[in-house]
Amino acid sequence: MSSEVLLEVHEVSKRFRVQGRDLHAVEKVSFQLQRGQTFGLVGESGSGKSTLGRLVLKLLEATEGRIVYQGKDITRFTQKQMRPLRQEMQIIFQDPMASMSPRMTIGMAIEDAMIIHRIGTKEERQKRVDELLERVGLPREVKWAYPHELSGGQLQRVGIARALSLRPKLVICDEPISALDVSIQVQVIQLLRELQQDYDLTYIFISHNLAVVEYLSDVVAVLYLGEVVEQAPAEELFSRPTHPYTQVLIQSILKMPRSLEERQVLTPIQGEIPSPFDPPKGCPFHPRCPMAVDRCRTTKPERRLIGPNHAVACHLAT
Amino acid sequence: MAIAVSQPQAPARRARRNSPMYRAWQRYRKNWFAVAGLIWVIIFFIIGIIGPWIAPYSYTYADFLHMHSGPSWQHWFGTDTVGYDVFSQILYSIRYALEIALGATCVSFLIGVILGLWAGLAGGLIDIIVMRAVDFMFALPSFFFALILMVLLGKGIFPMILAIGVPGWAGYARLIRSLVLAMRNGEMVEAARALGASQWHIARKYMFPNVMGSMVVSLAFGIPYDLTAQAGLSIVGMGLNPPMPSFGNMLAQAGANILGFPWLLYFPAGVFAITLLSFLFVADGLQEAFNPKGGV
Amino acid sequence: MVSQPLLSIEDLRVEFDRGEDTVYAVNGVSFSIAEGETLGIVGESGSGKSVTLMSAIGLIRENGRIRSGRALFQGTDLLKLSERQLEDIRGREIGVVFQDPMTSLNPVMRIGDQIMEAMLAHHFCSHREAFERTLQLLHEMGIPEPRARFRNYPHEFSGGMRQRIMMAIALACEPQLLIADEPTTALDVTVQMQILALLEEQRRKRNMAVAIITHDFGVATNFCDRIIVLYAGQIMEVADTGAFIRESAHPYTVGLKHSIIEIGHRAKPLKPIPGMAPTVTEMPRSCSFAPRCPLATERCRNELPQLREIGPGHWVACHRAEEVLADVI
Repeated sequence: MSSEVLLEVHEVSKRFRVQGRDLHAVEKVSFQLQRGQTFGLVGESGSGKSTLGRLVLKLLEATEGRIVYQGKDITRFTQKQMRPLRQEMQIIFQDPMASMSPRMTIGMAIEDAMIIHRIGTKEERQKRVDELLERVGLPREVKWAYPHELSGGQLQRVGIARALSLRPKLVICDEPISALDVSIQVQVIQLLRELQQDYDLTYIFISHNLAVVEYLSDVVAVLYLGEVVEQAPAEELFSRPTHPYTQVLIQSILKMPRSLEERQVLTPIQGEIPSPFDPPKGCPFHPRCPMAVDRCRTTKPERRLIGPNHAVACHLAT
Repeated sequence: MAIAVSQPQAPARRARRNSPMYRAWQRYRKNWFAVAGLIWVIIFFIIGIIGPWIAPYSYTYADFLHMHSGPSWQHWFGTDTVGYDVFSQILYSIRYALEIALGATCVSFLIGVILGLWAGLAGGLIDIIVMRAVDFMFALPSFFFALILMVLLGKGIFPMILAIGVPGWAGYARLIRSLVLAMRNGEMVEAARALGASQWHIARKYMFPNVMGSMVVSLAFGIPYDLTAQAGLSIVGMGLNPPMPSFGNMLAQAGANILGFPWLLYFPAGVFAITLLSFLFVADGLQEAFNPKGGV
Repeated sequence: MVSQPLLSIEDLRVEFDRGEDTVYAVNGVSFSIAEGETLGIVGESGSGKSVTLMSAIGLIRENGRIRSGRALFQGTDLLKLSERQLEDIRGREIGVVFQDPMTSLNPVMRIGDQIMEAMLAHHFCSHREAFERTLQLLHEMGIPEPRARFRNYPHEFSGGMRQRIMMAIALACEPQLLIADEPTTALDVTVQMQILALLEEQRRKRNMAVAIITHDFGVATNFCDRIIVLYAGQIMEVADTGAFIRESAHPYTVGLKHSIIEIGHRAKPLKPIPGMAPTVTEMPRSCSFAPRCPLATERCRNELPQLREIGPGHWVACHRAEEVLADVI
């Protein structure tokens, strides 16, 4: 793996103005992404993980902060300036059905990506469509089908083929498997992994499924209310989860026990995710945190390193 | 639902059979009312075009020997108080009614699409202004608006097209705007933007094909409305001047003579009613075909 | 099974019309739920896990019909009852919680009124009592400030809170059976844990039977006494949770277990089940899983395996179950 830095995100924030109130979607997130790596973003709904993905692609404009792609500061790029870069940065959506036009055949949908960037002649594009379909494990006939004729798993493979058609370097996978059945999820994960190796892809993998993020990612960031509360290499994060929220998330997953005696006791934490319109003062997690002390209610913990590349935003972390 | 991989038919042919358009036509075909309506609408159009050639009498020819005569071999639908042949009058009326209704619908639609697209895509202040104008148009009875325009523009076919067409844009504008808004923030457009598509490309290849169905349906509902409006203007004497034949004029005259000469009412009213119904059946059929309940 | 079955479904077959096709959604499913038992019905989408229970209690979509079978609830065949009689049982003897509370709650009715309505419609108690019970239920379901929240509308609650309200409605008349259809699928993990814990607590307290429909093995194995695995509208395997965890006798169950990615699996190679679940448009005459099965033989492709008992309470529909048990795959 080369250590070339592909993407740098510096203190990026996004606030939406909704009915006169500020919604804090993403708050001062920073990370660096090496070529060929997978960066995992986990969090529950409303954590800002999908927004962050769209900020990187500049499908949304960041309110603050800087996004640097291959040394170029693209934060203030216009949509027009972005267009050539779009070949290199692609996205796979959670709901491939919603992201495709119901009036285009699969072949047209994949080809359109190349038409937009004026790649190849009609024959060359058709050939590429066939290759791509084959690469993602679909029969060629699929290109004549309309989205409504395919299953969710097949459609997600089409979504992947469309993203790959432009030979991107960076692919943002926004919950690509959460709408799929378990047996299909594994197929898609395996495909994503193979493609990464074959084409030297860099992934930002967004999911609420911790186990899948652990499985695929090199570095993982845990988001809560738009803030990164913990960030570390995947093995480190899951073997030594330090932020109370990360610990709670991991405990909340119901694993299949190995015997009846090992069944998990259902131990929920209190409360729900607070409104992002009105995030709590101090540490955003303190109202639900089992270990919160007075300092947590008043002062916001800064992110600090507690080990090599292991950053935590918690007063109590050691 | 999943695609069976080993389809024996040629794949290109299969694609055509499964295209949204073809499936819409399949659904349309199954609707008997819509098909019957469509057949009548087509006949109506043909008459509109060739009417003057097949009419047994000119609309300016008054048969003074047979005023107020009932249906006969000479005058199929009878003659009116001046001796005009009702059958011929109907044939000519169809032509003018169609000219005006289609013209007016096109005018409304054009204004509506332009303003709706503008409001939906530009957003902000333009959106607010256009939408307030839409509210204003809805608050004002459009027939009243048409009357005012007729007074200002004077009588004739072209003024009628404008008088009926101009006030009718609001519905189209609102529809187009809402469709554009729903799509603009949708994942399909976001995906196209992520591919690097320009605004123009998105509008042409993603938005337009997906709003076309709804636009066709709303157009189909607009035509019978404008047919009624043009007849209405004539009934109140603000339409075409006699002797130019129109359904409105005939109906107005028939109303005055209903007791003595009922055929003056039966035939024009019958043809007009069947026509309106046919257009509505077609529109309903299109609606069902493009937006089937519970379907895509 | 020691106790009397509360609900027993016998050879249920359900079909749906889809265009010119008939989709065979449930193909001869039989099982029972004992009093106080927690049963997990596991399967992927299209396996018929939801249709089976919902059609048994008369909740079936317009294009569907029950072809045959019986659903005996305390000795009465639910499939023979009129809609009116079914309404008396649903919500009173059998409570239902759906995946998406937003679509099953009435958006223009205060939530308190909706809970009261559940009791009043079944003449469960007087108006006065219903009000008191509603406050009590809201409190039990963990909704803070019941008196204030009584007057709120569904959209004023979070997804987890709405699911608690659905539970309050389902439990209002003290049902003997609660059917929970993917109750936590739409929720975040921390909230899922809260809802499951609440469900567990209420189940113990009321000693009611719970049938939970889920696609999540983690939920099923940690929560249920017994697990049924459905595929293509047929039961593949039934086992007590202990046996289910210990051993699998059906290649599909084995495949699903291998498909689970858990924390700490970073290095584990994946073993996906190839292909995808079929849409059954013909009456199955052979094993529906055979096209995806690594062990499939000619027999599997020609002969429909019947459900047979291979251990106490452990049933499986596979010609080669013994080999699967002996860890061939």
